[in-house]
Amino acid sequence: MANYLARRTGQIILTLFLIVSVAFFLVQAQPGDYTAVFAQNPDLPPEVRAQVQAAFGLDKSLGEQYLVHIKNSFTGQFGVSFQHYPRTVMEVITERLPRTAMLFLTATVISFYVGFALGKLMAWKRGGLFEYSATVSGAVLFTMFTPWFALMMIWIFSFQLGWFPLGKFLDPLLWRDAPVAANKVFNDMLMTAAAFSVFVLLAVLASRKAGGRRSRQWLLPALVIGLVMVPVAWAMSGIGYLALDILKHMVLPIFTLTLISFAGTMLLTRNSMLEVLREDFVMAARAKGLPEKVVRDKHAARNALLPVVTSLVYSLAFAIDGSVIIEGIFSWPGMGMTLLQAVRSEDLPLVMGAFVFIGIFALVAHLIADLLYAYLDPRIRYQ
Amino acid sequence: MSQAPETPAPGRDSRLRGNDGEGGAVALTPWQIRAAKLRLGLRGLREGWAVFLESRIGVLGLVVIVIFALMAISHPILMATIWDDATYNPVTGYAFDEIEQPAPPSWRHPLGTDPLGRDILSQLLSSTSSEFILGLVAATVTVSIATTVGAVAAYYRGLVDTFFMRLADLIVALPGISLLIVLSALFELNLFILGVIIGVLGGFGGTAIVLKSQALSVSVKPYIEAARVAGGGRFHIIVVHIIPNLLPLSFLYMMFTVTGAIFSEAVLSFLGLLNIRMSWGIMIHTSNTAGYLTGGTTYWWLIVPAGASITLLCSTFYLVGRALDEVANPRLRRQ
Repeated sequence: MANYLARRTGQIILTLFLIVSVAFFLVQAQPGDYTAVFAQNPDLPPEVRAQVQAAFGLDKSLGEQYLVHIKNSFTGQFGVSFQHYPRTVMEVITERLPRTAMLFLTATVISFYVGFALGKLMAWKRGGLFEYSATVSGAVLFTMFTPWFALMMIWIFSFQLGWFPLGKFLDPLLWRDAPVAANKVFNDMLMTAAAFSVFVLLAVLASRKAGGRRSRQWLLPALVIGLVMVPVAWAMSGIGYLALDILKHMVLPIFTLTLISFAGTMLLTRNSMLEVLREDFVMAARAKGLPEKVVRDKHAARNALLPVVTSLVYSLAFAIDGSVIIEGIFSWPGMGMTLLQAVRSEDLPLVMGAFVFIGIFALVAHLIADLLYAYLDPRIRYQ
Repeated sequence: MSQAPETPAPGRDSRLRGNDGEGGAVALTPWQIRAAKLRLGLRGLREGWAVFLESRIGVLGLVVIVIFALMAISHPILMATIWDDATYNPVTGYAFDEIEQPAPPSWRHPLGTDPLGRDILSQLLSSTSSEFILGLVAATVTVSIATTVGAVAAYYRGLVDTFFMRLADLIVALPGISLLIVLSALFELNLFILGVIIGVLGGFGGTAIVLKSQALSVSVKPYIEAARVAGGGRFHIIVVHIIPNLLPLSFLYMMFTVTGAIFSEAVLSFLGLLNIRMSWGIMIHTSNTAGYLTGGTTYWWLIVPAGASITLLCSTFYLVGRALDEVANPRLRRQ
């Protein structure tokens, strides 16, 4: 396992190297360089431009510039953002990457879970009204034009019903005399979410170790304790209302992203489950008199899970694209919106930085999905 | 060299015929062989067509595609006959007969006008053909690259295979829309270039993986061995024996590529990143930047026609692809 991990990490670094190189040559393929704008100014003699070029190393040979670029990229120096001057690209990205991660992870986990549960039921009750309506709505959601759908969601839930804010990350009026920075609150929220998941996971592992038929007996109490503890802790911290504000802005984007991405998992689970239900061991499980629910959840569904996880590996890039689009429409200031704004204002250093980091994000998500697959299928042993 | 595969040595083919019990070596002219091949091909097509007709979704999809194609054809005809250019031009026209823009649907403008006073129906119809062209370019490029890469990688194995498959893994992991957004910052993307880029990404990416695994199962078949023993060159075997067996699957993946291409174009034009004059995405972009989208149902004609067209055409190509999947892949057929 460690060996496999090391090899995959090596591959990721190699891939990153490729992405960084592609980023460099894409910029080089442009006519002129960053100083081309000086050529239009009659007050600046050409010598000034040459000086600036020399100062930024733009007069060096292509190979030399490339080496510098590679070195800088791997030490995290993407330069200064034009748009957010004087902040560096890294500062902007470290501020915004967690926001995308939160949006993407929550939506992916929820949509995977919901899609799997619904797909399981669809295959189980084949031919019914439920299957029919789920297939049609799934296909529509799956092929829906994402920006349009997101705008419609905003129109219905924010504009007509007024349940959620129209977009953005927080309400500026509320934060005007807030004692802490928004990013601190958001990072604390991330930590809370992580701690909560670890707590629930530990409870599940503990009850599984205790063994027996009811291997999940600690799950419900753990969930209840966690769900009570988290709000209490936030209420006592004094900045709970700020966290609540961010949370309120987060619900609709996550809900939309979930709706867009759960259908793929659902339809695939249905197909995979239908194949498994034909297998002999399902009939054997029924023949020995197991309850239908046990046959469905423990015998059929677990075997139907594998192809679904494989497809998850391939749909991650799709989901990341989905979050980029959703962020743009909900004005959620994460990586996607950063990329869009940078592209619109031709802020090339930030474009390249954001692109490289979205690439890293995709590769790491890929690796995690691969490892998950290895964990789920004991027949696969990575060497 | 390209002529060589067209005329297989007659001796070999007549020996094969001899095995069918048609009595000895009957010398067939190349034309007769071609006719026989054509008959076989037609029979395969007829059988595939029958399976395709069984899936009602596929037929429905085909009907929708034909309707869209008719829409695409109707635009130049309408412009030449009953629509005058000053009023109905999709980009520069202005509906002088309406008092305020955007005007709701009327007899003269069946789908109303947009905030700039242009006829929505005319925009919708004129964009249809460009969506088809984009889809066709992207699908053709994807499939030609993926088929070649798949066949070559499966035939040569080893280093070639590893290289192309790692490349494909890399491209699959990359978020495509984000990459296209970055490219739009650096280059002026028009429909043709966009189609080629999507095609190249798809051709070296996911489609190549699928076609390579199919080519792999073809390349271990006995007739490939036989062709090699009979002295067929590498190029001859790949072009004549492997690639034709990949074509059904390639055709299937053309459909999925079209869905992807239309979707990407719509998203990019919606974000205002493409250098094209009119498309469904740009129609939504125009009404969005003019602030009419949050008006909800009041200005429905600004968004429903374009949004529904994108969704419908994307899902149609997807559904036709699924139906073709059942033709190409017998395991999926209903028992």
